[in-house]
Amino acid sequence: MQIGRRDLLAGAAVAAALPGALRAQEQPRRGGTVTVHMGSEQRILNGSLRASTGVYVVAAKMQEPLVELDGEGRPVPMLAVAWQSAPDGLTHTFRLRQGVRWHDGKPFTSADVQYTAMEMWKKHLNYGTALQLYLQAVDTPDPHTAVFRYSRPMPQDLLLRAMVDLGYISPKHVFEGTNVLENPANTAPVGTGPFRFVQYERGQFIIADRNPDYWNAGYPYLDRIVWRFITDKAAATAAMEAGQVQLSPYSSLPLADMDRLRKDPRFIVSTRGNEGNAVTNTVEFNCRRDFFKDVRVRRAICHALDVDFFCENFLYGFGKRGTGPIPSSSPDFYTPGMPQYEFDRRKAERLLDEAGFRRGAGGVRFRVRLLPAPWGEDIALWATFIQQSLQPIGIPVEIVRRDAAGFLTAVYRDHDFDLATGWHQYRNDPAVSTTVWYRSGSPPGSPWTNQFGWQSDEVDRLIDDAASELDPARRKAKYAEFTRKVLEEVPVWMAIERQFISVTSARLRNHHNTPRWPSSHWSDLWIAS
Amino acid sequence: MKFLAYAARRLAASLPTLLILLAGLFVLLQFAPGDTVDALMAQAGGGDAVMAAELRRFYGLDLSVPERLAAYLWRLVRLDLGFSAIYNKPVATVILERLTPTLLLMASSLSLAFAAGMVLGVLAARRVNGWPDTVISTLGLIFYATPSFWFGLMGIVVFAVKLAWLPPGGYGTVGAGYAGLRLMLDIAWHLILPTVTLALIFLAIYLRIMRAAMLEVLNLDFVRAARAKGLSETRVLVRHVLRNALLPMVTLIGLQAGTMLGGSVVVESVFSLPGLGRLAYESVVQRDLNTLLGIVFVSAILVIVVNFVVDLLYAKLDPRITATG
Repeated sequence: MQIGRRDLLAGAAVAAALPGALRAQEQPRRGGTVTVHMGSEQRILNGSLRASTGVYVVAAKMQEPLVELDGEGRPVPMLAVAWQSAPDGLTHTFRLRQGVRWHDGKPFTSADVQYTAMEMWKKHLNYGTALQLYLQAVDTPDPHTAVFRYSRPMPQDLLLRAMVDLGYISPKHVFEGTNVLENPANTAPVGTGPFRFVQYERGQFIIADRNPDYWNAGYPYLDRIVWRFITDKAAATAAMEAGQVQLSPYSSLPLADMDRLRKDPRFIVSTRGNEGNAVTNTVEFNCRRDFFKDVRVRRAICHALDVDFFCENFLYGFGKRGTGPIPSSSPDFYTPGMPQYEFDRRKAERLLDEAGFRRGAGGVRFRVRLLPAPWGEDIALWATFIQQSLQPIGIPVEIVRRDAAGFLTAVYRDHDFDLATGWHQYRNDPAVSTTVWYRSGSPPGSPWTNQFGWQSDEVDRLIDDAASELDPARRKAKYAEFTRKVLEEVPVWMAIERQFISVTSARLRNHHNTPRWPSSHWSDLWIAS
Repeated sequence: MKFLAYAARRLAASLPTLLILLAGLFVLLQFAPGDTVDALMAQAGGGDAVMAAELRRFYGLDLSVPERLAAYLWRLVRLDLGFSAIYNKPVATVILERLTPTLLLMASSLSLAFAAGMVLGVLAARRVNGWPDTVISTLGLIFYATPSFWFGLMGIVVFAVKLAWLPPGGYGTVGAGYAGLRLMLDIAWHLILPTVTLALIFLAIYLRIMRAAMLEVLNLDFVRAARAKGLSETRVLVRHVLRNALLPMVTLIGLQAGTMLGGSVVVESVFSLPGLGRLAYESVVQRDLNTLLGIVFVSAILVIVVNFVVDLLYAKLDPRITATG
């Protein structure tokens, strides 16, 4: 039984132990409304069905997961108070918090956990279906114990870290016997969280009010949270400056505006509290093409891109050179000192010559089509930068712009691209979000998987072994080996490592004090007068 | 009775157009890469093949294109616009919710543009080539040439951020719980900036049309006759010239009815208004075919109705044209 410091943190300590204590002189103030900027609207607001920051930023205030991350990035209790794993990694027992009630008054029990895991995580939740592939059953020996049984060993640290995002619980009595995807509770969440759903006006706003019966007595501090949908980024900045919005999470404002607001004392512009949601900008090669079949050509492209220059001059310093698929903000899995592709245009040209792609008529070696993903200003900038950087080494680049559905279809289903660039979002554990980019065997049409026409038996084996390796140290070593291998082969290059940027009113307190704060519960957030 | 028959005939004549329009759009959208499930996965930031197949079945995307088109047309015959993939609600409900803000914004900015364009056009025509004409024409040109998002953003920066006189966006104070007159005033308050922004673009067109029409009519014989009768200049302008010069203006309103519903995507986005323009844009991006076709359907009907009304207005303004003609 893994009882220790973590479990003693249970109860009220979840919120109270956070660095709010650092501002010791200030007494938290009850009351007030915080208005949050939303750049886009989700179809479903249920963390048990959709794993997305756009869902958590709203739903996680009303729904809760079994475990959450503390300020240091370690799993701490939320709806589960303790957990224990069998030595073979096949069963994991969760003791559930007692005396918790759903917003409609019904008690929260292990039946809810069982229902959510089997009917939602395993059947519908993106990333969840893969994570819980080997989940056989959830036993409920009593109302406050849930036992997860797997047919293949599941490392406890993988399960816990994954569950921070993929562990949101929904009420069985609301969903049972209905079509879960059509259930009205998906846009009017019923949860156990610190805030209760009040109103959702599509295209305008969502309102949630304080839950007076919250299990963590005394919390939350705020009376109300309002989420306002403002799709125009410049207008969102204006709304913040006019004081109508106090928080804009997940890099939703224009880069230039965020740089400007950095110098404005009314706002805090920072990546703090987003460490758990690292993003890397990718360079994805279609290895079916004659030129990209050759690893020397892929390496040459990497050498031709001056990532440091790009980060400094285009991203206003909001980003740094990436070192591999596992970001440096994930100390449990990150191993430094891996082979890197420093900027060296001459070396790039030499590699291309060696590979047999000499300059032909007009100095052209070959032409490529680059598809940038349509999300994020940085991707458009990065695509242009790639175009400008490859031209001098004899590779003219045509940028082909598509909207979201068009991009995903072209790259991940029809493989109709030479180069593509977008984001890889890291989700606390490489087995959740990252190894799928390299593992072979994903059917065409699965976005953000290895659709690059590249396959390595060695890498496949490493990925599978690491996913069921129970010893954390050996697991980390396997991921180091994996990182070295995919850096050498570069079917995808994770060129830039970034974290989401939050713009917060300086009047807010206790914000961004955990690694996935915008996606967390906010029960200790308060407004200074 | 004659009038009703005329209305029915007009409506029947537009039915084939509507059918071609909807079927054409349906086919056209099949050529767009990706479907609503791809869009959904892009939005959720991930998904796997099992989930995608499950969702395609859920949205009926596993059927063939002819099957889906047939199903859609059959539903349409029964006046059922189908179910929206993004909103998980009947399309009719979704459109109805968005119709009010769009109609309010459009009606108010068109009225403003029409009224101001008329007055300025008359003023410019009266002093043609004089300084008021030059000033008004130049201003009109500037308004017409400036993109509306820029006007909108500058309006927000000046009146909402710097002066704090007006709200920077939205369709009412969130969570204020106003009702009745207070609610109407609140919405009006939020619509001032978007209305003016949108009206400025339309204004330029109305102004130029009005000026040109006035100048043309002023040269006609009956104006000389009216002046020769000894009527005052104001009376000549208002009673004789203006009434005749209004015909092209009314035509323009009929033409612009088509752009009324879809034409304000930019202004709706800048001011975060929950209008039909934004809904149409989202439907394209999200590949929500039912919603998009529903919007086209409603817009088409609106255009037909407005043009019908315009025809009636013609008859009112110019007795030589009869509604039965």
